[in-house]
Amino acid sequence: MKQPLLDMRNIVKSFSGVRALNGVSITLGDGEVLSLCGENGSGKSTLMKVLSGVWPYGSYDGEIYFQGQQVKASGIRDTETLGIVIIHQELALVKELSVMENIFLGNELGSFASLNDAMMHSRTRELLAQVKLNISPDTLVRELGVGQQQLVEIAKALNKNVKLLILDEPTSSLTNNEIDILLNIVNGLKEQGIACVYISHKLDEVLALSDWVAVIRDGNHIATKAAATLTQNDIISMMVGRQLDELFPRESHQIGEVILQVNHAHAIQAGASRPQVDDVSFALRKGEILGIAGLIGSGRTELMQCIYGCYAGQYRATLELAGKPLQIRSQRAALKAGIAMVPEDRKRHGIVPIMGVGRNITLSILDRYTSLWGAIDEDTESHDVHDSITRLKVKTATSELAIKNLSGGNQQKAIIARFLLTNPKILILDEPTRGIDVGAKYEIYKLMFALVKEGVSIIMVSSELPEVIGISDRVLVMHEGQLKGEFGYQGLTQEKIMNCAINDTALA
Amino acid sequence: MLKTIKTNQLQLLAMLAAMFLIVVFFSFATDGAFISPRNVSNLFRQTAIVGVLAIGMVFVIISAEIDLSVGSMMGLLGGIAAILDVWLHFPIMLTVLITMGAGLLLGLFNGWWVAYQKVPSFIVTLAGMLAFRGILVGLTDGATVAPTSGALGVIGQSYVPTGWGVSLVLLLCLGVIAKVYRRRQAQHKHGVSNSSAKFEYLNAVISVAVLLILLAILEGYRGIPTPILIMGALILVATYVAKRTAFGRRVYAIGGNIEATRMSGVNVEKNKMFVFGFNGVMVAVAALILTSRLGAGSPAAGNMAELDAIAACVIGGTSLAGGVGTVFGAIMGALIMSSLDNGMSMLDVPTFWQLIVKGGILLLAVWLDVKTKKAQ
Repeated sequence: MKQPLLDMRNIVKSFSGVRALNGVSITLGDGEVLSLCGENGSGKSTLMKVLSGVWPYGSYDGEIYFQGQQVKASGIRDTETLGIVIIHQELALVKELSVMENIFLGNELGSFASLNDAMMHSRTRELLAQVKLNISPDTLVRELGVGQQQLVEIAKALNKNVKLLILDEPTSSLTNNEIDILLNIVNGLKEQGIACVYISHKLDEVLALSDWVAVIRDGNHIATKAAATLTQNDIISMMVGRQLDELFPRESHQIGEVILQVNHAHAIQAGASRPQVDDVSFALRKGEILGIAGLIGSGRTELMQCIYGCYAGQYRATLELAGKPLQIRSQRAALKAGIAMVPEDRKRHGIVPIMGVGRNITLSILDRYTSLWGAIDEDTESHDVHDSITRLKVKTATSELAIKNLSGGNQQKAIIARFLLTNPKILILDEPTRGIDVGAKYEIYKLMFALVKEGVSIIMVSSELPEVIGISDRVLVMHEGQLKGEFGYQGLTQEKIMNCAINDTALA
Repeated sequence: MLKTIKTNQLQLLAMLAAMFLIVVFFSFATDGAFISPRNVSNLFRQTAIVGVLAIGMVFVIISAEIDLSVGSMMGLLGGIAAILDVWLHFPIMLTVLITMGAGLLLGLFNGWWVAYQKVPSFIVTLAGMLAFRGILVGLTDGATVAPTSGALGVIGQSYVPTGWGVSLVLLLCLGVIAKVYRRRQAQHKHGVSNSSAKFEYLNAVISVAVLLILLAILEGYRGIPTPILIMGALILVATYVAKRTAFGRRVYAIGGNIEATRMSGVNVEKNKMFVFGFNGVMVAVAALILTSRLGAGSPAAGNMAELDAIAACVIGGTSLAGGVGTVFGAIMGALIMSSLDNGMSMLDVPTFWQLIVKGGILLLAVWLDVKTKKAQ
């Protein structure tokens, strides 16, 4: 048998007595793509940190062989020299520098006193051509979209003579178009003999791209199988260790009168040429799940921000809640009126990382526990916290544990719990399942149906079309700030939505 | 065993250990003069002013802001108090009320610029640092306003009568014990087994012991100094505000992640402005103690005091990134700083050395903090 490119044998890694990896072995040949699947917290990231040298040799048990040589890396620089490059979910580019400067950051060509710009320039052009990115090397990174930045990261890796590329959830914030480009690039790299470890929750991509699929659950290596022999359901049942009846547990529910009417919403950033929301009107019914689809930048999130009173630029919209006109100029006013929003960017707008899970959950409703003196009634508070944690199945050691220590899915559940405590009539969920594992997704869907049965109305913004179709009663599609289509869920396909989201011509 | 102790408890232990080492070192170096009742009393009175400033400052820093104006503000408020007392012969209660009111207004003024006008607090309070000093010099014509009345002198110079002092401290000890007992009861009720129970008992025993020893020492001189009584009361109030009130909780949340807190429907602007307002009131209290102790309002009073207050907070484990810090830690920080001051002065260490040592300690404390956090 040919010698494998990468051979990780029996990797064991513990954190203060808790085993995060329990004897995981993977092998990978030149030009092969291996997808690593597992719920959040299953040990995927830890395994990749071991591989990339974030956890140095000696801090784990087991052996790693790369091109037949044992790897004893003391840091990420050592593995990069070998040709192992990891691209993290959060991109590590300097936004104020140009594409070229980013690609050569730390590896500048030329002498200390004078850089060889011409050489770097032409090399950058080559690299950009390789990732099919048609931009000038002098473009500032901040002018690029997330998808393009991702490609710049790959170009940067190529410059380091990469032999094994690790992509950690590269597509979680990309549009379908951008995903296609990225997958093409990875396929191209494959042909050049570059191997890839691909981490993603998006199983359709995993199956389309990989030669092998390795599943990790609770630190244990469940299996590595040829992708061709697997279906999405196979992978899911290996990941969760149980068979999910279906991905989207649609339950029938009553839909009532119009509860929220939004008329002529406009939103524009200072200095922008095009409004982000351009005269959008729609209605939401009681007990309805309204899905909002569209490409990133189509104005979905901004429209929600107009309703929740947190749009950062100029905006106006006429709102009617249960037939009564409503003015919302702040998040406080929205919550008071019974409109709550779980924000898209969990890290920036959701969690207070160093605070306990319980305190994060009650942040919106502290007034409810507060006496005349401003003192918090901690008994009532901890009672509510306990109820929320039980109801949403937030997995946490104690309610005092800092929320940053939880997995993405559990953080998301805690943030949803926070806004549910405000007893909203209307709950806006912006990308509610982004970057969270299948099990947690399923629980969140279940919760959404439980809520609409109680008469809550839900607006769900999502980039995952299967989710939009699988959960919504009705779907609105946005394109460049305008509403382009409205569909019932029955008979709705991803193609119909994409057509509507991409093309200028209205379909409806 | 050590693993079960949480980070903040570890930090607390480290601070107590540092304090202990300082006390032991200076006691030997001064042949026991450092822990003589007279010196301890003196040391505490020195701590009171920085301590009260640190109580206000810790809230500002927890909310991820900074206030560089407190030194000048203390000078200005102390000057106002002196003017009311010496020139205008206002009754003491009125002087106190007006000074505190002025402190609140100056604090809210800073806070308004920071919270609503979005000017960085570093700049707003740097401007305040210059302007407040200027106003003080203008008001007093650059001259010392003296002598203050006997009534004003009570705040900074008097001692609590023995009977009152002893009863207050005993009451406090009872409070400490009752608190631990109640917590244990509550935990029992909720069925939570608590691994840190031993730590809690130990904590209570040490607290009571320290309180009683300090009481004994202070009563050995002239009793509890009034400024210490004031500081003690403010510690209790501020700890309560930080730990038990919605306002306190929100301040931590704002420092931890202001955007998430705003999205949760918290009025972050209002709360931030109030943090500065609260700080202003603390500065006013410190100013009254200062003017009373000096028996005069001086145009140079409070110079650079903001740096002592910030240093006390930081040594006490407050993070300049916001969201982390305790009132008790800040007070310990203030105590460590003034012990060094006091001890070195007793040993006739030249002033320049004192500054170098204090700077070194500040750097060392934060370095250790960064190191231990990284190690986890």
